[in-house]
Amino acid sequence: MEIVNEIIQTILSGISIGCIYGLVALGFVLIFKATEVINFAQGEMMVIGAFITYTLITLWGIPYWAALLLTTIALGIFGMILERIVLRPLIGEPVFAIVMLTIGLGYFVRAFVSMVPGWGTDTYGFRTPFTDKTVTYGALILSWEHLAVILMTLALILVLFAFFRFTRIGVAMRATSQNQLAAVYMGISVNRVFSLTWTISAALGGVGGILLAPITFVHMNMGFIGLKAFPAAVLGGFGSIPGAIVGGLIIGVTESLSGVYLPIGWKDIAAWIILIAVLIIRPQGLFGIQEKKKV
Amino acid sequence: MRFLTKKSYYEDIRIFKYGSTFFWYLALVIGCCLLPLVLDDYLVSILNLTCMYSIATVGLMLLTGYTGQISMGHAAFFGIGAYTSAILTSKGMPFILAMPAAGVLAGFVGIFIGLPALRLAGLYLAIATMGFGFIIEEILVRWESMTNGNMGMMVDPPSIGGFWFDTETHFYYLTLVLLILTILAARNILRSPTGRAMIAIRDSEVAAQAMGISMAKYKTMAFAISAFFAGVAGSLYAHKLTFINPESFTILVSIEFLAMIIIGGLGSLHGGIYGAAFIIFLPQLIIMTKDYMPKFIADQTGLEPALYGLMIILFILFEPMGIYGIWRKTKFFFEMFPLYKKGTFKRERKYFKAERH
Repeated sequence: MEIVNEIIQTILSGISIGCIYGLVALGFVLIFKATEVINFAQGEMMVIGAFITYTLITLWGIPYWAALLLTTIALGIFGMILERIVLRPLIGEPVFAIVMLTIGLGYFVRAFVSMVPGWGTDTYGFRTPFTDKTVTYGALILSWEHLAVILMTLALILVLFAFFRFTRIGVAMRATSQNQLAAVYMGISVNRVFSLTWTISAALGGVGGILLAPITFVHMNMGFIGLKAFPAAVLGGFGSIPGAIVGGLIIGVTESLSGVYLPIGWKDIAAWIILIAVLIIRPQGLFGIQEKKKV
Repeated sequence: MRFLTKKSYYEDIRIFKYGSTFFWYLALVIGCCLLPLVLDDYLVSILNLTCMYSIATVGLMLLTGYTGQISMGHAAFFGIGAYTSAILTSKGMPFILAMPAAGVLAGFVGIFIGLPALRLAGLYLAIATMGFGFIIEEILVRWESMTNGNMGMMVDPPSIGGFWFDTETHFYYLTLVLLILTILAARNILRSPTGRAMIAIRDSEVAAQAMGISMAKYKTMAFAISAFFAGVAGSLYAHKLTFINPESFTILVSIEFLAMIIIGGLGSLHGGIYGAAFIIFLPQLIIMTKDYMPKFIADQTGLEPALYGLMIILFILFEPMGIYGIWRKTKFFFEMFPLYKKGTFKRERKYFKAERH
């Protein structure tokens, strides 16, 4: 019975970290679907989100939920500015250039965070309403922090689903991701769609950072955790929104299981082994559609 | 302005375009040979690093700049080269055999990575090579019986036939000779059918295939060649620093390599060397100018990575051809003097879908 409990707890903590991978992967996928760019700086959005929340809660004493909202808005604005200043001039350039640009951006943001007074290279934490609270169910002890991540991810996914399904601009975004030219002919402002995509995806990254912070603490290098969202996105089939979440969950659970039951070291590379295996066996991922190349 | 009449097709692929080019390159090589006479040991050691990284960037340029395959795991090849050479020499193998062995092993791993690359385009490839880099890094940390894990390994300075390259000046001549050999090899590969096939793949895979170029052959070949050079550079790195640990071969190093070729100028061998020199000299420049900066900025440890990041962004936004592009434009300006038009170098934008047809 104890083994069962242990497995359930491991899986649950895997699911919660997987939710964060999923959220970051969702950020990649949204941008990729709309603009065919991969944002390697998505992990750095998490860093900024976590640091802003830390500043708001610990330094300024703002309550958690207000801080969450403010950070999301701030990150959204940041994403919008980023798109306008840095990425829009590059529309039509080779993909490689844009990828390198986002890598440079990530590099810059990480260094910038270490230079902001009060942030620096130290590790921080902040109190959330879930800190130190647990739920006991029989012999099972679950921490609220992990549960909160799962519940909030679920809520976010529902909101996003409704947004893409029922709002005009959401439908416009889906149309743009299917065919930009046709979308322009239908009177959709593609520039506005791009800008909104970056806004949403930066905000998602920020929320990911806030949720991750109680688990791994706030640190300049927490953006590297965001790199694990790549295997998640690839596993789900780059370009599939449910795929990103499912991929994130699978990666998260595998990782936490291999952390407990495999020799040390496997935990860190489990995600990458899955990634390479998927790319060799089924490059289109679980939910992706293999599209034929036309000249 | 120079007018050229070509009398045979072979003239298109000559190694030196004009007779004068050969003369200038010869002068450059002689100049490089004389440099240690005028520079102090510290500057020579920076030149050593530049030559070493240039070997790797020339290799990466063949892969990324000429074949169009992004590698975000080049530090892994670099690391494989460094560790192979370190382990082999510690087991008693002479350096002159260990260094090519390091390159060959890295090249074999490159073939292994090149194979999945056949099915992956652009971004997927970047992600796959990144994953590969992480896996190799973890292996270097965990395979303690071979690599000594995080503790790192001590490595002897290189020696060939009883001659020790233990001073900076000695080492400089070693790296310089290897760099020249690397450049000559790369230049010759590029003017051979192999090189032209690579360029064709970069410009359009579909068109290249239609011309009968085997994707499988040339992509794996590009990976292997590029990994070979990275392995050789890694071997030199190990013997230069005489100490290696897995920390020196992380993803940040891979990004640094990419930054070098982008800042230098994609698609030109010159660019690889300019970029390496720029990135190696940048920290020195920062140290030198620190006294003139406001204290608030000068004391930051993040200054150097922030500048790297900023440089990548600015170069991609404003000068995608890198330092080599600036040089070419300046040269063109003077050649065409009163007739220079800004539009000459205007980039062509492609609005059709690239990755997801």
